[in-house]
Amino acid sequence: MGEALLEVKNMITEFRTADGYLPAVRDVSFSLNKGETLCIVGESGCGKSITSLSIIGLLPSNGRIASGEIKFEGEAIQSHTSEQMRQIRGNQISMIFQEPMTALNPVLTIGYQLREPLMIHEKLSKKEAHKKGIDLLKSVGIPYPEKRMNQYPHELSGGMRQRVMIAIALSCNPGLLIADEPTTALDVTIQAQILDLINDLKQEYHMGVIMVTHDMGVVAEVADRVMVMYAGKKVEEGTVEEIFNHPKHPYTIGLLNSVPDVDKPDFELEAIPGSLPSLNQQIHGCRFHERCKFAKETCKQQEPPAFDLSHSHSVSCWLEAEEVINQ
Amino acid sequence: MNVADDKGRKKTLLEINQLKKYYPIKGGLLQRVQSHVKAVENVSFKLYEGESLGVVGESGCGKSTLGKAILGLEELTAGTVKFKETEIQSLRKKEKLKFVKEMQMIFQDPFASLNPRQKIGPAIAEVFSIHTSMSAKEKKLAVMDLLKEVGLKEEHYDRFPHEFSGGQRQRIGIARAICLNPSFIICDEAVSALDVSVQAQVLKLLKTLQQKYQLSYMFISHDLGVVRYFCDRVLVMYLGNTVEEGKVEDLYNAPLHPYTQALLSAIPRPTIEKKRNRIRLQGDLPNPADPPSGCPFHTRCPIARAQCMEEKPQWREYGEEHYAACHFAGESIFKEAK
Repeated sequence: MGEALLEVKNMITEFRTADGYLPAVRDVSFSLNKGETLCIVGESGCGKSITSLSIIGLLPSNGRIASGEIKFEGEAIQSHTSEQMRQIRGNQISMIFQEPMTALNPVLTIGYQLREPLMIHEKLSKKEAHKKGIDLLKSVGIPYPEKRMNQYPHELSGGMRQRVMIAIALSCNPGLLIADEPTTALDVTIQAQILDLINDLKQEYHMGVIMVTHDMGVVAEVADRVMVMYAGKKVEEGTVEEIFNHPKHPYTIGLLNSVPDVDKPDFELEAIPGSLPSLNQQIHGCRFHERCKFAKETCKQQEPPAFDLSHSHSVSCWLEAEEVINQ
Repeated sequence: MNVADDKGRKKTLLEINQLKKYYPIKGGLLQRVQSHVKAVENVSFKLYEGESLGVVGESGCGKSTLGKAILGLEELTAGTVKFKETEIQSLRKKEKLKFVKEMQMIFQDPFASLNPRQKIGPAIAEVFSIHTSMSAKEKKLAVMDLLKEVGLKEEHYDRFPHEFSGGQRQRIGIARAICLNPSFIICDEAVSALDVSVQAQVLKLLKTLQQKYQLSYMFISHDLGVVRYFCDRVLVMYLGNTVEEGKVEDLYNAPLHPYTQALLSAIPRPTIEKKRNRIRLQGDLPNPADPPSGCPFHTRCPIARAQCMEEKPQWREYGEEHYAACHFAGESIFKEAK
């Protein structure tokens, strides 16, 4: 086991709306070691992006962390002031977003945006920062880095922009990199390049990586451990082998069965019926029971706690309860 | 699922011949046409009745332009579109209307194609108002039936688009596409924007409808997994050119063109058992306004040789219904990469 980098305990994130506070993340706990990749998977609206935004302190103005603890390198950061968070953000924790065009500033050159974090956090001079910027662009595989420094985001292709985003995110050697659907907007060939790049850089810098995605293929490619979320709750967590070879939660199984497999011609798609409940919907018992074909009476009344199947694999489902107790 | 005639031959529904679509680039003081973006370059293929043809390729390869050109939403630069034995590209508007009814399209973002201030019922009924002479009552009944057909409920008739989830909106898009009993539907990235669980639901719906109404689909997608599940034959495009065409089994098991091989090896597989031999294509798609000489793929091809830079490869048949355009078709790109 490596050194713990990030620990999230019982985090609840809420949003203020006209109907009062609505929880988007409900009591989620997980941890991440140095040099490890954790994938957070789930459908849109399941709270996976909000979880990552809570960690980096970029929640929208109507959101707040209602309770719980976020420990980064042993230090609790959930109640940091925005000034303290600014010292950490971009420096020790960096983030890559889904759409690089909206994350990059269209009226500033690539060079300016690359130099900025270096000059603020590393206190480099403009000249030094420029030199380091060129090195960074080289390390993410961008051809003609000197020329790119003076170009604007619209002059680059989607894959190039995402590389620039990664270069900016890595500029201050962060301990933790959060990537929120970094390849969803890209073509498969470019996606493969970017995933390889993130993997290589992770090993080089010994970073912890949290990858938020809905693509099970991407998960199999990069993850060490996987956390499956449904409607704001963690439903299953385990190593990538445990999740893919022995998925336990009906939702995880459903997710795996709804991805067509290119290698299997006779693959039969199994859709999960229905759709994700909305935030304000009151659900008694297990939050998945309405879409679950194995749902029993218990599932409708009581919320399942997390059952440990091994030291790394846990699942919140009543179906597993009997097996665990029998053991 | 193919509909064959009594001799076992498949009936051709749509035949595209040498289709080209260029967009002019204007510049200079007088805004003269200086060059062209060659979005679609010499594409020919056939679509049989009751079949699904997948069109795959990276963004910017011309697959959406091809779809629009077939429907007549974009004017052709050259080439013919034959639908049910009639060349439709040069028909007058009135004559064309008859064929337009039979050809429909489902778009990627159904929210963008629905009027946010119009209720769903009237939005679907509008199609009947244009193409048929139904009374208001008949229209309403027909729309109710359609809603049930695509898995929505009658009470959805009076709701606005924003009240629906992404999957439901795509169902509305499907309802609008099938309401005139078309024989041919183009699905342009129809499930790409949906979550996997909802994507599976919509794919199943499309398959059910295909069996019920003998529909033919042209399924434009960048997701090769979905195409394998959904389609009978596949057309691979690169930079406006078709590079390979074949039956799903042939193309996925024995891809001929290096681009198809690279595309297939780049897909992240949802399994962790075997570590595959992978090829990473370097670089991006070249600019279609200034395509490379010779084979359009040679700039990124791992097995490119001198011949590829000078001579454009011919479209040849390599197996039953399996075509490719490559000087070295069938050569594996994996040996070279090691």
